[in-house]
Amino acid sequence: MANMSPEKNEVRCQEPSERIKNFDEVAYGYDVETAVSEAERCLNCKNKPCVDGCPVNIDIPAFIGKIKQREFVAAYKIIRESSSLPAVCGRVCPQEKQCEERCVRGKKGEPVGIGRLERFADTFYSSRPESFKTPELPESNGHKAAVIGSGPAGLSCAGELIRMGYSVTVFEALHVAGGVLVYGIPEFRLPKTIVQREIYRLMNLGVTIETNTVIGKTFSIGDLFENGFKAVFIGSGAGLPNFMGIKGENLNGVYSANEFLTRINLMKAQQEDSDTPIMPVKNIAVVGGGNVAMDAARCAKRLGAENVYIIYRRSENEMPARKEEVLHAKEEGIIFKFLTNPAEITDGGDFSVNGVKCVEMELGEPDESGRRSPVPIEGSEFILEADSVIIAVGTSPNPLIRDTTEGIKTNGRGCFITDENCRTSIEGIYAGGDAVTGAATVILAMGEGKKAAKAMDEYIRGNITI
Amino acid sequence: MHEGNAVKTKNDFVRIKKGLKFQPLLLLTNYKHCVIIVFELILIRNDFMYRIIRKAILNPTVTLMEIEAPLAAKKAEPGQFIILRTDKNGERIPLTIADFDRVRGTITIIYQIVGATTEKLNYKNKGDYIEDLTGPLGIPSKTDGLKKVAVVGGGVGCAIAYPIAKKLHANGVCVHSIIGFRSRELVILEDEFSEASDMLCIMTDDGSYGEKGLVTTALKSLIEKGEVYDEVIAIGPLVMMKFVSALTKEYGIKTTVSMNPIMIDGTGMCGCCRITVGGEIKFACVDGPDFDGHKVDFDEAIKRGSIYRKIERAAHEKVCNLYQNINED
Ligand SMILES: Cc1cc2nc3c(=O)[nH]c(=O)nc-3n(C[C@H](O)[C@H](O)[C@H](O)COP(=O)(O)OP(=O)(O)OC[C@H]3O[C@@H](n4cnc5c(N)ncnc54)[C@H](O)[C@@H]3O)c2cc1C
Ligand code: SF4
Ligand code: FES
Repeated sequence: MANMSPEKNEVRCQEPSERIKNFDEVAYGYDVETAVSEAERCLNCKNKPCVDGCPVNIDIPAFIGKIKQREFVAAYKIIRESSSLPAVCGRVCPQEKQCEERCVRGKKGEPVGIGRLERFADTFYSSRPESFKTPELPESNGHKAAVIGSGPAGLSCAGELIRMGYSVTVFEALHVAGGVLVYGIPEFRLPKTIVQREIYRLMNLGVTIETNTVIGKTFSIGDLFENGFKAVFIGSGAGLPNFMGIKGENLNGVYSANEFLTRINLMKAQQEDSDTPIMPVKNIAVVGGGNVAMDAARCAKRLGAENVYIIYRRSENEMPARKEEVLHAKEEGIIFKFLTNPAEITDGGDFSVNGVKCVEMELGEPDESGRRSPVPIEGSEFILEADSVIIAVGTSPNPLIRDTTEGIKTNGRGCFITDENCRTSIEGIYAGGDAVTGAATVILAMGEGKKAAKAMDEYIRGNITI
Repeated sequence: MHEGNAVKTKNDFVRIKKGLKFQPLLLLTNYKHCVIIVFELILIRNDFMYRIIRKAILNPTVTLMEIEAPLAAKKAEPGQFIILRTDKNGERIPLTIADFDRVRGTITIIYQIVGATTEKLNYKNKGDYIEDLTGPLGIPSKTDGLKKVAVVGGGVGCAIAYPIAKKLHANGVCVHSIIGFRSRELVILEDEFSEASDMLCIMTDDGSYGEKGLVTTALKSLIEKGEVYDEVIAIGPLVMMKFVSALTKEYGIKTTVSMNPIMIDGTGMCGCCRITVGGEIKFACVDGPDFDGHKVDFDEAIKRGSIYRKIERAAHEKVCNLYQNINED
């Protein structure tokens, strides 16, 4: 009999007053019994609306069915057929806009906790000895394929290619692999051991990861082909932070979210034994309404900031951040200033921030994206006291590859132009993830990496037979 | 720089992977252990890579290191930099490539001990390893089409100016070098510059060596004497570059400066290296480090440069004390 409770099973979380003092994961995840109980809420719908909402079409009712039957490893394997990073996606996907948005149970009450179940299946599987076994790989076909960038797009592409028998090398500019998963998304939302585990699994399959290697500088894409790589996948992400172009943006104490998060996540600036400094702050204003803004604000809180504001120019409904993160941020005492736009960052006299001059906004007509665009209310200016400002208003791809690869086509925002098979304008070069779409999501990047691997395989095999 | 006869290794991608054995890991069932071991394996691999093969003290605060980094050496061009981390808790710092040898597969860095990281770096000796080294980064200096150039270097900035002077000179460009230091004992790279220049002028603030005065004084008198330069390349402290640029603007001489702000990733990801050039935000790591001196907002760059100074000084003292204690023990 299905569990007809209108609400999701709660997931245990660290208490807000406790968790703002540490960087440990906030949500603990379901235990076995809770997971089975949640799985029993699924109606196993014939037309599977949730699957249509999933960007990589995981067979959701099938894996949930396995959880119902307590066949947790089988559940994991079903997810794994469509997703390379279940541990990550279960934690960071915006489920409320994807699978869970379409879930039939959501019409009356809350949808099935698909994300939480996905995370559970992975946790269970990963604690089993068999998760450490190297799966049977097809015999090596002797061909080399290169992957640029070790974010979710690159990792999933590499994982697919090695399983097809290619010898795969991933080139990563930074000193650790993982892309945004390590330098952007904080520990309390996605523990770094999980990312390391995924990378370990890939290395165990035989993927070579070359860190400290910047394509476009250390090697050009041409060098890769010369060195025998038959096809190249660009998964270099969209890391370059945008600024707003307002007065005071270069004052000391103004950071891009990437800088702030990198200092903490990648360089561990908050730890005693790290050499990377971070400024202590009291009042901090974060500009933006996405996951990046939430992450920066919650990190600031954990660093001991007293007042953390989020300044967002639209209303709460338009915020692109994951719902759960917004909720957690509120619980942690982050102060939201909706319908507010920063007009200037003010100088306290010694080239450091002392406040943000803001304008209140109201929602006007819907714009081309369907969201109602905000317009300033005249005479509503006010000053928000702050000694630091974090800008989280989006990112674009860096110019390293496009400036050094002749003939590769990009659009006005610097994103690589690809066809439906991830092919760029140059033969043998494929691209996917944020490098193509601009800042998007982990699951989309992962899906593209997978799709590109298939296309690369066809391309390489096609070339051999000729 | 042995450009011509660079050896091409059979396969650039075959790196030393001694000690990398994955099979035993399979026996472990606790993934946390595996993670730790993988971390360590990654460290081992790096240990084989960036070895210091020469260290020379150029003056009391400036040191030269030649480091094995074949991939960076292979592509390095004057004006580019690398980012390194001394150890696994270390910060990432940018250092300009002062020289490179494609045959030996090495790059040379010259650094001034200013903070905790350069202090830590300085405790490493010949035979030791650098944890991470990435590069070459940044856009190489443009040297095409130049016939006569004034290269102005100040202090440790001379280390950045030198490879450019050397390349220009090797390409048959007439190079006038003006290098400035505070006093005699701080003079570096004198022989190197004199070999790479058609004329060398050394300036010291206190007159203890060469001429007394600032590099701008020397540059101005050369211009006044009728020397006509296609370009002035100025590399040194921000204040020096600011005044050189102000001077050359008066005479309408194109001026290139090399910016060296705080950096983290060096790939355009963090934006902490941003500077204002001609009213626009530019990222020094990917858009530079060379910029038009007449357009750079030096005053802003000077103020941004001071942000971590207090923290740096404290960290520096901490490292010094640490090593002192170790030595005393
Ligand atoms: C703070 C933050 C929070 C986020 N939260 C969420 C979330 O909750 N849910 C969600 O779905 N999405 C989230 N996202 C977005 C998501 O992380 C990205 O969409 C996703 O990581 C994109 O993957 P990718 O593989 O395309 O690129 P990235 O993860 O950006 O990886 C690209 C990698 O390529 C490397 N690289 C770049 N240039 C080169 C080069 N020339 N040579 C070699 N390597 C290079 C980079 O160093 C990087 O490691 C968040 C993003 C941020 C910044
Ligand atoms: S829509 Fe909801 S109830 Fe129906 S199969 Fe999917 S998860 Fe189960
Ligand atoms: S150093 Fe991070 S963007 Fe330049």
